[in-house]
Amino acid sequence: MIKVSSIYVKYLLSRPAMGAGGKTGTWRVRKPIVNLDKCIKCGLCWLYCPENAIDWLEDKTVTIDYDYCKGCGICVDVCPVKAISMIDERVV
Amino acid sequence: MVTMSELHKYGRTKLIMPGTAACPGCPLQIGLRQLIMALEGKLTLVIPAGCSSVIPGAAPYTSFTVPVMHVPFASSPSVASGLVRALRARGVDGHVVVWAGDGATADIGFAALSGAAYRNEDIIYILADNEAYMNTGIQASGTTPKKAWTTTSPRGKAEDKKDVALIMLMHKVPYVATASIAYPIDFIDKVRRAASIRGFKFIHLHAPCPPGWKFPDDYTVKVARLAVETGMWILWEYYQGKLTISPPSAPYRDKQRRKPIEEYIRIQGRFAQLSKDDVREIEAMVDQEWGVLMRLANIFNIS
Repeated sequence: MIKVSSIYVKYLLSRPAMGAGGKTGTWRVRKPIVNLDKCIKCGLCWLYCPENAIDWLEDKTVTIDYDYCKGCGICVDVCPVKAISMIDERVV
Repeated sequence: MVTMSELHKYGRTKLIMPGTAACPGCPLQIGLRQLIMALEGKLTLVIPAGCSSVIPGAAPYTSFTVPVMHVPFASSPSVASGLVRALRARGVDGHVVVWAGDGATADIGFAALSGAAYRNEDIIYILADNEAYMNTGIQASGTTPKKAWTTTSPRGKAEDKKDVALIMLMHKVPYVATASIAYPIDFIDKVRRAASIRGFKFIHLHAPCPPGWKFPDDYTVKVARLAVETGMWILWEYYQGKLTISPPSAPYRDKQRRKPIEEYIRIQGRFAQLSKDDVREIEAMVDQEWGVLMRLANIFNIS
């Protein structure tokens, strides 16, 4: 006897996973690059990143996940010291 | 007040799973991340139809890391009322948060919202206001500002913006506030203060939408900040019987310190057809709004 609720929980319930909307990094036309020499480790780019593609690491520097970064450029706009710059994506 | 060093513990936590189906530069995700941060993940979201019900992506996966109930358009406050009563009956002390758009709040779901507020249900209602029905293709809603372009108002909307937060204030609920995605510390504080009290809590969150308002993707935060700095969007809070203008908006009580409204209007394509007279008219409207709010603040602080 299989309960309906257990089938629901096991097979029909959506689970959190990366890339539920696809590999969104392919949408990008411009790519943000962090200049860690200029970075003041404030974490604002992490706080405002809509995609959660930026990690604020233990030493308070940041790293960007280019698999999912959509290239919106909000991090460039909010950076107080202009340590992030956008470059064109080159498709080879 | 929450600080950045306190938020550092979430530095590597995926509050929203990357790879969502949202447009680049979506303000709703900025707001959602701040909301999950504020309540430390201990919440259940109730989401009516709208952009936020598309953002999680395709089953069997979802981008949201908290339990979500997707509900029909007009029913979100009713579903949340039932949900919170069921949780309390089972002895669970989590928060039930309705994350609704402006269409689901100000137009379609307003009767249910008014009912839930009147019954003083123990829910947090967050209105993520992108000022039109963005998901279905930028149709004008009750909170679209006057003279803004939408697909149903091609020559500029004729009606004024509905002030939903003031309407909810008159429902005599214990907590009403307005917030903006450009001021995360302010928003997180407001959510935490709302979570600390029982009863109906309403937060009106201003969220500029790049495709709908027609500005570049990277200006989302800039436009939200300009809205506060020009006085077009006023951050205030009603808590413990007192109405106060929140710290980010406090300097702009003085009209001289506000930035010119043109700065906010000229950055957006939806206001491209506006003439000088129209801008002056909007400026007069903003002054009037400030007058009303400052008088209300005085009234509530005396009693």
